[in-house]
Amino acid sequence: MKSDSRLEKVLTAGKFAVTAELGPPQNANPEAIKKKAQHCLGNVEGANITDNQTAIVRMSSIAAAAIAISCGVEPVVQMVCRDRNRIAMQSDILGAAALGVKNLLCLSGDHQKFGNHPQAANVFDIDSVQLIAMVKRMRDDKQFISGDPIKEHEPRLFIGAVENPFADPFEFRVARLAKKIDAGADFIQTQCVFDLDKFSRWMELVVKEGLHKKVYILAGLTPVRSHRALKYMKNEVAGMSIPDELITRMESAEDAKEEGIKICLEMIEKIKDIEGVSGIHLMPIGWESITPVILERAGLLPRPQV
Amino acid sequence: MIVADRKPLDEILNSIKDYKKIMLMGCGGCVTICFSGGAKAVELLASQIKMARKKEGKEIEIIECTPERQCEYEFIDELKNELETVEAVLSIACGVGVQAMTERHPESITIPGLNTKFMGYPVEHALWDERCAGCGDCVLEWTGGICPIARCAKKLLNGPCGGSADGKCEVDKDTECAWQLIYDRLKKLGKLDNLAVVREPKDWRTSTNAGQRKTKFEEAML
Repeated sequence: MKSDSRLEKVLTAGKFAVTAELGPPQNANPEAIKKKAQHCLGNVEGANITDNQTAIVRMSSIAAAAIAISCGVEPVVQMVCRDRNRIAMQSDILGAAALGVKNLLCLSGDHQKFGNHPQAANVFDIDSVQLIAMVKRMRDDKQFISGDPIKEHEPRLFIGAVENPFADPFEFRVARLAKKIDAGADFIQTQCVFDLDKFSRWMELVVKEGLHKKVYILAGLTPVRSHRALKYMKNEVAGMSIPDELITRMESAEDAKEEGIKICLEMIEKIKDIEGVSGIHLMPIGWESITPVILERAGLLPRPQV
Repeated sequence: MIVADRKPLDEILNSIKDYKKIMLMGCGGCVTICFSGGAKAVELLASQIKMARKKEGKEIEIIECTPERQCEYEFIDELKNELETVEAVLSIACGVGVQAMTERHPESITIPGLNTKFMGYPVEHALWDERCAGCGDCVLEWTGGICPIARCAKKLLNGPCGGSADGKCEVDKDTECAWQLIYDRLKKLGKLDNLAVVREPKDWRTSTNAGQRKTKFEEAML
């Protein structure tokens, strides 16, 4: 075992894993985390704590993770390269591990242009691939990125990365995944899948390269409550692929919420059958309460004992 | 070359509001090519300032001058006597020009009339795009001649990020994704292997992070 993470245990046991997103609040209220943690408790292997997602200031992901841990939920701390240099990131990695964090997801981060502080300077001292390599080096080589030794208590983290099968250049997306695996990624969470055909084609390439044997891939899924959310993502979020028939289906549904859940459940069923997929990652943006409902109806509860 | 934009006229007028006689100084180098600070720009700005001041009933006298290069002492030292006749200098050279004036003529006040922006290339007539960030450790050899430091919004060395769509950058739909360009170029050159390597974190000491940078050319030193 590389870490003591439940997510790692479930994946290495060959079980279908489930993670879900838990977004910290735009304030200092710990109750917001505790409330959302209840939706995850016992239902998922790990709760992804986002790191100022879409560049909007929120409670620190590590602080929110510590609160989640106190509620019995295992966090997957997200860390982006936008706001911190290598000194601050390594310091926070040590701090997170000291607080009991066992999973770290490495991302480059949404550009500050999309958030509520577009005037901010960005950092990008290192990129997401280099961040993965840095965490692996800290864990496996017991070294900081500078080469200085970590004499004791190195951070034992299960290392995650993301990949977007729907961004361009499509044919390079598999090569970039391979690069993240080379750098040290243990698991991958993908961008939300709405376009199953494209996702399947990407997975075929992944399997052809044998990458599914080197890394655990969790397919990202976002249940939506209205066709407007789909339209917004289609038009405003770069690197998203959303089939028109899905929008039409949501638009013509009598009960849009129920239809959104059904679509998500159908996706889960189909994704389970795709070779090389080891689990799902639910991202119910602003609708965290639906996580246990979807998992229950998908037959993914109770979670396996490991 | 260095690309700069002229500051808004109101800002310029405000910065010289206390003066009755100034020197308006352009530069015959980069900013002449990008139209913001050559002799013609000096002439135009001088007439705009004079008109605005006349309207306010506070006329101003302007000496126009455009040395070959404002960033080198041999072209600006000779202005000493004339500078004594004005209260301030309004410079429409790049930030190097303004500081060269300050350094060579510390008794004068030199005010910037331009916002210096980047080292760029004219992609079409009168339109410049940034091409070099002056990071001090050039990567163009393995990127196929396209710079991810100057042209990727996240300065990625292992790009592209997940926001690359239809060849465009998510930050600005009018900007090409540098990593799509790099990918296409290396594919054409048969060098996609260049992208299979995990590129190490950059050593930013050669960039702006180690304080003011210096360079010397040993062979030419006196």
